[in-house]
Amino acid sequence: MIQNKTQSKNNKAYFFLAPALIIMLVGLFYPIGYSIYTSFFDWRLGMPLSDAKFTAFDNYIWLLNDPDILNAFRVTFKFSMIVVIIELVLGVALALLLDKKIKGISILRTIFIMPMMIAPIVVGLMWQYLYNAQFGIFNKMLVFLGLEPIGWLSSDKWALFSVILSDIWQWTPFIFILAIASLQSLPQSMIEAARIDGATEWQIIRFIKLPLMIPVIIIAGLLRLIDSLKIFEVIYIMTGGGPAGSTEVVSMAIYNQAFIDFELGRSAALSNLFLGSLMILSVIFFIIIKIRLHKKSARQEIHHAAS
Amino acid sequence: MQHHKSVYVKNMLFYGFLGFIAFICLMPIIIMFVTSFKTKTAILSDDSFFFFIPTLSNYTQILHDSDRIHYLANSLYVGVISTLVTLFIGSMAAYGLVKWNFYGRNAIAFSTLLVRMIPPAVMTVPIFLIWTFQFELSNSLNGLIFVYVAMNLPFVMWILQSFIMQIPKQLDEAARIDGANEWQIFTKIVLPIIKPGLAAAAIFVFRIVWNEFILALILTNHETRTMPVNISLLNGSHNTDWGQIMALGVLIAIPPLIFTFIASRQIIAGMTAGSVKG
Repeated sequence: MIQNKTQSKNNKAYFFLAPALIIMLVGLFYPIGYSIYTSFFDWRLGMPLSDAKFTAFDNYIWLLNDPDILNAFRVTFKFSMIVVIIELVLGVALALLLDKKIKGISILRTIFIMPMMIAPIVVGLMWQYLYNAQFGIFNKMLVFLGLEPIGWLSSDKWALFSVILSDIWQWTPFIFILAIASLQSLPQSMIEAARIDGATEWQIIRFIKLPLMIPVIIIAGLLRLIDSLKIFEVIYIMTGGGPAGSTEVVSMAIYNQAFIDFELGRSAALSNLFLGSLMILSVIFFIIIKIRLHKKSARQEIHHAAS
Repeated sequence: MQHHKSVYVKNMLFYGFLGFIAFICLMPIIIMFVTSFKTKTAILSDDSFFFFIPTLSNYTQILHDSDRIHYLANSLYVGVISTLVTLFIGSMAAYGLVKWNFYGRNAIAFSTLLVRMIPPAVMTVPIFLIWTFQFELSNSLNGLIFVYVAMNLPFVMWILQSFIMQIPKQLDEAARIDGANEWQIFTKIVLPIIKPGLAAAAIFVFRIVWNEFILALILTNHETRTMPVNISLLNGSHNTDWGQIMALGVLIAIPPLIFTFIASRQIIAGMTAGSVKG
């Protein structure tokens, strides 16, 4: 009887869960498995897989010895580190500076969210226009100031910087919104007490506000890290990875391998290497959230930020 | 009096600075908007950076193209259908998970983060190959919808499960006593109650799908292209028409920007989904 009851319970549960499970199996897990399988073949686009030669780990060995691929990992790492650090510092600093009961905060929040809402491909085009060598606003300003115009996207010295700048524009508000919400949910009594005891503004920030904000800063920073590692569209449209590979992030290299060079096996192998490193990172991320941030406060603060 | 004055000045400085930050935030968007009303000559000319005669010609030209209307329809179709299917299947799964307490919230939270970790570029090769050679779904809108549903499901389940958890158990029991079966409870009681959650999830999924580029690029052709792919193809030719690109950019940006006005809070909640309790 009890057996029967659990059985029917399970059946009902599977009925509700099955469609989602099947779709995720076919649309997510199967492709990832297929990508692992493909990565062991020397397969070029245009030939059937049955004609492709099984080469075991050759694709991986080739990738790890290719300076361009190593460069792609380096560029991705550099890009992510720089944007995450700058966005964190800028976002938190702005939040500390603007930590006040602001009139019309909801309008402000709407304005700050706008850059993140627009399609990345449109953001890329928008900034490509701003960076345009002849009539872009940046060069117009430089010329106005009597300086030499810069090849923002055409010079290998400036291209990565230009991409970074557009990312900072788009994503600093994300940190700012979370940081200011966290600030405004801090216990005011504590800050008042410190003030009465004669603490300076800087001391209050350094010893009260910042330590209490740490959980939110960590979560916001990790989310930004994940997303910045995935960057593709903006770079695809602005530079295509160039000039001279100076903006070729891993996602761009994957695309180029598969759909420009038609090296499917290599592209799949690169995808797996990239995904593998990100998975390790996400497990670490999850552990950090579970252990380091187990305190309820952090969650409530982010929850508060969201409401 | 003196004191009042200094407070006033301080406030002025504060709001001035705030306004400046907001301006920087909006500037590229404003430039896109303004440029979409400029003629080609006005864009190239030095004098008409601020002063020019606005024209609607960019908009009339891009909308005059029957292919463009077709792509717009593709984008809307893919966006709406993906959203509806993801929401329906996702809410079913979220209900199943909450009600029968499967592996619970941790599992969904973890998979939401995990899927967020997957760079779309990583999916391009296998999905292109499977969709082309095995399922024969490439170049079809339904093939694209399938990918989008799969990619957005964990997130939707995550958002909805917290809404479902809040439904009082008594409601469920009362319905059962009245003779309702599981499916009736789900459609007649659960779905109407979690409407706010469904709305938030819908806005989020639609925006992601509407903006998605790389998978649409590899899975569509001349017939089934979506707007982001279409705009990307206008760029890069020798004689780029920036007025038209910006006009098209404005059109693509409109739906997400409308959502920003109606649901900015939920958007922030969605952007942190999986990392905090919903």
